[in-house]
Amino acid sequence: MTGPGSLVPDPLHPEGPLPTGPLPEGADLRGETARLPETRGLWATAFRELSHKRSARIGMVMLGLLVLVAIFAPLIAPYEPTQVLLGKEDVRPRDPPCIHLFGCDDSKPQHILGIDGNGRDEFSRLIYGSRVSLIAGVGSVAVAVAAGTLLGLLAGFFGGRIDNLIMRVMDVLLAFPSLLLAIAIITVMGQGLINAMLAISVVTVPAYARVVRSAVLTVRENDYVAADRALGVSTSRIIWNRILPNSLTPLVVQATLGVATAVLEIAALSFLGLGVRPPTAEWGSMLAAERNQVFTAPHLVFFPGLAIMWNVLSFNLLGDGLRDALDPRLNR
Amino acid sequence: MSDTAPHLLEVDNLSTYYFTRDGVVKAVDGVDLRIDRGEILGLVGESGCGKSVTSLSILRLVGEPGKIVSGSIHFEGEELLTKTIHEMQAIRGDRISMIFQQPVSSLNPVYTAGFQIAEVYEVHQNLKRKVGLEKAVEMLARVGISDPVRRAKSYPHELSGGMAQRVMIAMALAAGPELLVADEPTTALDVTIQAQILDLMRQLRADMGMAIILITHDLGIVAEMADRVAVMYAGCIVEEATTDVLFARPKHPYTVGLIGSVPIIGTRKEWLEVIPGRVPNLIDLPPGCRFASRCRARVDNNLGICTVTEPDLLEVEPAHKVRCWLYQEIPS
Amino acid sequence: MARFVARRLLYSIPVLLGILLVTFLLARVIPGDPCRAMLGERATDQICDAFMERKGLNEPIWVQFGIYIKDVFTGDLGESFRFGRPVTTMLLERLPITIELSMAALTVAVLVGVPFGIISGYKHNSLADVATMVGANIGVSMPVFWLGLMLQYLFAVVLGHTFLSLPPSGSLDAGLIPQPFYAVWGLPAWGIFDFFSNMNVLNAALSGNWEAFRSAAGHLILPALALGTIPMALIARMTRSSLLDVLSLDYVRTARAKGLPEKRVVVRHALRNAMLPVVTVIGLSLGTLLGGAILTETIFGLSGVGKSLYDAITSRDYAVVQGFTLVVAVGFVLVNLVVDLLYTYLNPKVRVT
Repeated sequence: MTGPGSLVPDPLHPEGPLPTGPLPEGADLRGETARLPETRGLWATAFRELSHKRSARIGMVMLGLLVLVAIFAPLIAPYEPTQVLLGKEDVRPRDPPCIHLFGCDDSKPQHILGIDGNGRDEFSRLIYGSRVSLIAGVGSVAVAVAAGTLLGLLAGFFGGRIDNLIMRVMDVLLAFPSLLLAIAIITVMGQGLINAMLAISVVTVPAYARVVRSAVLTVRENDYVAADRALGVSTSRIIWNRILPNSLTPLVVQATLGVATAVLEIAALSFLGLGVRPPTAEWGSMLAAERNQVFTAPHLVFFPGLAIMWNVLSFNLLGDGLRDALDPRLNR
Repeated sequence: MSDTAPHLLEVDNLSTYYFTRDGVVKAVDGVDLRIDRGEILGLVGESGCGKSVTSLSILRLVGEPGKIVSGSIHFEGEELLTKTIHEMQAIRGDRISMIFQQPVSSLNPVYTAGFQIAEVYEVHQNLKRKVGLEKAVEMLARVGISDPVRRAKSYPHELSGGMAQRVMIAMALAAGPELLVADEPTTALDVTIQAQILDLMRQLRADMGMAIILITHDLGIVAEMADRVAVMYAGCIVEEATTDVLFARPKHPYTVGLIGSVPIIGTRKEWLEVIPGRVPNLIDLPPGCRFASRCRARVDNNLGICTVTEPDLLEVEPAHKVRCWLYQEIPS
Repeated sequence: MARFVARRLLYSIPVLLGILLVTFLLARVIPGDPCRAMLGERATDQICDAFMERKGLNEPIWVQFGIYIKDVFTGDLGESFRFGRPVTTMLLERLPITIELSMAALTVAVLVGVPFGIISGYKHNSLADVATMVGANIGVSMPVFWLGLMLQYLFAVVLGHTFLSLPPSGSLDAGLIPQPFYAVWGLPAWGIFDFFSNMNVLNAALSGNWEAFRSAAGHLILPALALGTIPMALIARMTRSSLLDVLSLDYVRTARAKGLPEKRVVVRHALRNAMLPVVTVIGLSLGTLLGGAILTETIFGLSGVGKSLYDAITSRDYAVVQGFTLVVAVGFVLVNLVVDLLYTYLNPKVRVT
């Protein structure tokens, strides 16, 4: 169990948020003292390292495209996502795609991905789905990070009983397979996108709490914090100036990878009918609606799933790239 | 030793470069070395001067992104740089052995000390495990470990630094090599343990007759142990002489500075000699002598040539070579 | 070592209590009448009064919790109102299918993930490495349900008329009802045998029924593949990074300096250490598998714990939801505990302290 007293690495991110270790010989041979990221601007270094790594570049491009699609959805999508076309155009549910460029007759209305089971334009729903996906993923992680940071600070700072209590609760949360726990929470709270986001937030809080807590524990013992205290620096400034920057890097990596997980889980919840309510265009529920038609209309299943994969992959690549870029080791 | 009789090991013009993303690091740049049977050669220099990389190059253990780019290494008349990996594997551990700086981490944590020594016998002398283990126990006794039978069953993390280094020595000498390369064997050990290990090495040299290349930054060790000394700076040899001669009549300004900077108990000095400046960047070496920027003698003697052309390593008295314009004809 | 084991077990207890608490609250927090939640909308007031009394639902909350714990320990997980059967019985019928699926998925994940991870790690930055890592990244980003549906399409439609065709759903070919293995062997019908006889592939293998084996295995391949993809990718990545780490360590350099043949260096010295974290990833993947099982079983129509849980949620069969969730969570904790202990055992650095 990945909790206190456990020696076991976190399976989802087995490489850990930030590996530590001695600097390799290469650092000496260059004849310069190794420069810590802090002295060169953390973000500048991170961006430079990131752009060197091909996979991270690809991730950034993928994410960039997705964000652009989400922002410019109304311009890209030919129809409204919830607009039922049955009656207005001569189409039937699950009509195959009609692309004029590829030979579809000009008299028929163009539907790049065809019509879905309820008579709506699949392509438009796919485009608008990007908004839901991004907002849901980032939103739930943001809430989880906020809550996790607070809990981690409390646990690390006050130690003792409070620490024990908070960490035990985190352990209980981690004791359930995450999807299962989310399902349980939704069962109680009822269906809906906000509820799904909250459920995922609750399930993923422990990871962030632990990151912040361990940063607090590390920093608490440092000499410069003792110096701060001796100088009478207030606790909140210590938190702001010392602890948060220290936990920032692993948090950022964890959060980026966390968005990937959140998107997958929210899609899974929607697939199970526990997430967004119809007629919202969300990729997971679009998949679910057409799941029994996979043999006859596979495109209605393929593209939403591909979109989910695109979203998740971009965050995964970005998160992996960030982890390597912010690694204090200079080689590899 | 005369230069005409064949030496045990002859290194000629060895260059090992590291091809990193920031440039080519010339870790070893044109190094010549000789060592004869039973001799102890001290290889001295500060961190990053290339002494470790030289030793790794002899056994061809240089890892990515390093590569031996030129030179030749003759061992007992055979050219090592053209041998196949299999042939090198036959030589390593059997005819040339190496011990490293951090003994505990240089031993595999999941195997016992006895097993790791026995491996040498299994691989090089084709002995069975049981026989190998018996001989391992003998070897442990020979390196001065008390209760060798029990110690053979210990895991590396159960051993102290000194004991672990004895195990390393036992492992290295198990097959009776002609040459032992010792890369800073006592740097990580306490001073008292240091003395014991050095004594052990001297005694084993007397018993088994192997030559030792002793790499260190500690002049005291060199003075005590070595027959001859080579001083390295920024990737090349700057002075080479027998120990007595080197300490009595150091010629290269760097060597003078090194010797002068060591405080000697019982003597009084106004101040300790300090060599100003830093080791140069091995990627962008300035033209001329590598030590020029830190050399007081250059300034005192107003030598302009030092920053233009690099001097050669020349013999200035019998068995004493220096690479310095102070002792050479300056070309006009 | 014994002390460590004891300590870990002790740590588990508050967690198990927490799980009991959470599952207990699960039913209590659901909006509406607990009686109707458990028995369905059609229960009459009379039945409800008797129900509340029998279940002690008029007692203070902590007494109810006590009753709940007692019930759990005596194996009474309530009754499914949808089927009118004890939850425990339903669980024991469905658990073998889920376990069989998880084991199959795990096997696929390990048999593919580990070798690829090793090759990737050893030939750092080669084409094989890059390809494997790209594959692993994609694998880890794929929604399980989508992969399952795509596999169904691929093997039932696209390859439908080739020899590679695979059935898209169900556990066995229609109409095929193989004998339980204990009947074939003339063994008594003990519960434990019955449990294992519900694992179709295993049962067929044990009874020597080749036709049933082929049918069961054929039906298991696609779900196992779908479910095992994410663990496969994680295992490959972990193996690679662990091996890369270990290959740069001092003792690997020593092993080479000793003149050991490269194969021995990699297998005996590097892998022996590198596989330790991988073992834990493998063990912990079981947790991911449990979560994914819900989705996979639903898509492939396998009647395991996952699908039943999902059906129960949608039909508001709360006793089933509560009972199954409890068992899955406890199972998860136990698996993690075993993995932790296994890791300790394999890592001599910790074993002796």
